[in-house]
Amino acid sequence: MARHKPDRVVPEGDRNMGAETAAILLLLLAALLCAAFVVVYAVDRIPDQTQFLGLALGLALVCFAAALIVTARRLIVTEELVEEYPPEVHAGEVDLIASAAEEAGSRLSRRRLFKLALLAAGGGLGTAVITPAASFGPLLRVKDYFGTPWTRGRRLVDEDGRPYSASDIEEKDFYTAFAEGVDKEELGSSLVLVRLPKTSLKLPPELQGYDADGIVAYSKICTHAGCAIAMYRVPTFPPDEPHPALVCPCHYSTFDPSTGGTVTFGPAGRPLPMLPLTIDGKGHLRAKGNFNEAVGPSWWGVRNRKPESP
Amino acid sequence: MRVLVVIGVVLLLAGAASADNGKQLFGQYCAKCHGPDAQGQISRSGRGPSMQGVGALAADFYLRTGYMPLQKNGIQPRRTRLLLTQSQIDALVRYVASLGHGPAVPRPHPERGNVSAGMALFRSRCAGCHQIVGQGGYVTDAVPPALGDATPTQIAEAVRLGPYVMPAFTTRALSNRQLDSIIRYVRYAQHPDNRGGWALGNIGPIPEGLVSWFIAGSALLATCLLIGRRIHG
Repeated sequence: MARHKPDRVVPEGDRNMGAETAAILLLLLAALLCAAFVVVYAVDRIPDQTQFLGLALGLALVCFAAALIVTARRLIVTEELVEEYPPEVHAGEVDLIASAAEEAGSRLSRRRLFKLALLAAGGGLGTAVITPAASFGPLLRVKDYFGTPWTRGRRLVDEDGRPYSASDIEEKDFYTAFAEGVDKEELGSSLVLVRLPKTSLKLPPELQGYDADGIVAYSKICTHAGCAIAMYRVPTFPPDEPHPALVCPCHYSTFDPSTGGTVTFGPAGRPLPMLPLTIDGKGHLRAKGNFNEAVGPSWWGVRNRKPESP
Repeated sequence: MRVLVVIGVVLLLAGAASADNGKQLFGQYCAKCHGPDAQGQISRSGRGPSMQGVGALAADFYLRTGYMPLQKNGIQPRRTRLLLTQSQIDALVRYVASLGHGPAVPRPHPERGNVSAGMALFRSRCAGCHQIVGQGGYVTDAVPPALGDATPTQIAEAVRLGPYVMPAFTTRALSNRQLDSIIRYVRYAQHPDNRGGWALGNIGPIPEGLVSWFIAGSALLATCLLIGRRIHG
């Protein structure tokens, strides 16, 4: 039984040998350019390699696109069909349904109470559905944000884990320190250390004794948005130059290290947390306790609790 | 022997003469702020630190960068056109050096340094203010300069001195070897290897990306307009 060959859906167009050749050539050219890309990539000695790589791939894409355009416009048979929208047959029924919906609630006498109850049930369901999202993170468990690794006696070490001696800390320089034996990435671990002339220290009463022989330590994390305090401004000729300051490079929050890290400029809303220091028998710097304030960028509850040691 | 003595005396006299010359120049250009005997002063007529014991290093840095003479008190010294000739600067540097036992002009050897070690040090100690490619930046109330024109000697001097509000780094904080690496990195950053071809001032990937998007976006928009016009027309 011979299979019935269905009628053509699309009318048979004329052959266009020229366009066909052009499309094939463009496709082959694109392939060639891709091969050139591979060659340029493999041969390291070519000067301006990056530019040639871009040129090869770019031209390959252009050729490919041109081939597709030629194919679409000259080789694919096109046919335009117009179909009218059916006339609107249910015009009256739409209004009918609207009034039916309006009148269906006429048996309810306490409509407002009913609506409220409906709202309560809907809201309750919604709350119940999103409650398990609390498992995603410490949305309400903020205790973690107050933990720092600092305890009385913990040593201050440099980037390579070597303990800092008080004599390492020189005036007019600044140092980054970390808590010994703790992950350096931990928010409360990193400190910025500077030594100020003892006569220039004007710590407020509650921070008296936080310095060790003029050395002061502050959290390196800015209290505004949590960037690292990477800039130290220290005058060579103090009478005519800006006062010493710790500056955050993100939004230029500026803190005065001589007055307990108070904000002198910029968007930060609270002073840099200060770590009390002491010098042990071997001359090493050690923490005398925990920070005076919570470490890290500020949020709604940051002032509610003091930092907690492990 | 006699010839040597004569030569020695002549050299000494020449040295004394140039120091004298230096003193004269100091009186002319520097004494208004630093005081007639370079002892420094804080008065209404002028304010400046003492030059006793600052050594050739400080004088060499401030004069050869054009930081000094300063136009007026209280402004940040900046790299400017040199007001003094090289021989005048030489004389002044010798005069300031003769005032006390200060540090000599450093002789850095950037060729002994290591670019990648230098970059790591630069990142942790310098880039906070000067930016990672040494393009300069801002700190509250001061402008950390771009390092494009800094010579190796000037970089070494600035690191040891800490001009204006820059921290100063002693050889304990930063060894000469580490300093050589930093200088080598800064020299590299002055003429970096721009693999992309168009450096755009090396100001970072975000502005570079914005420029690419701007160009590509314009091209796409133009293409869309063209297509739209052809369909309607």
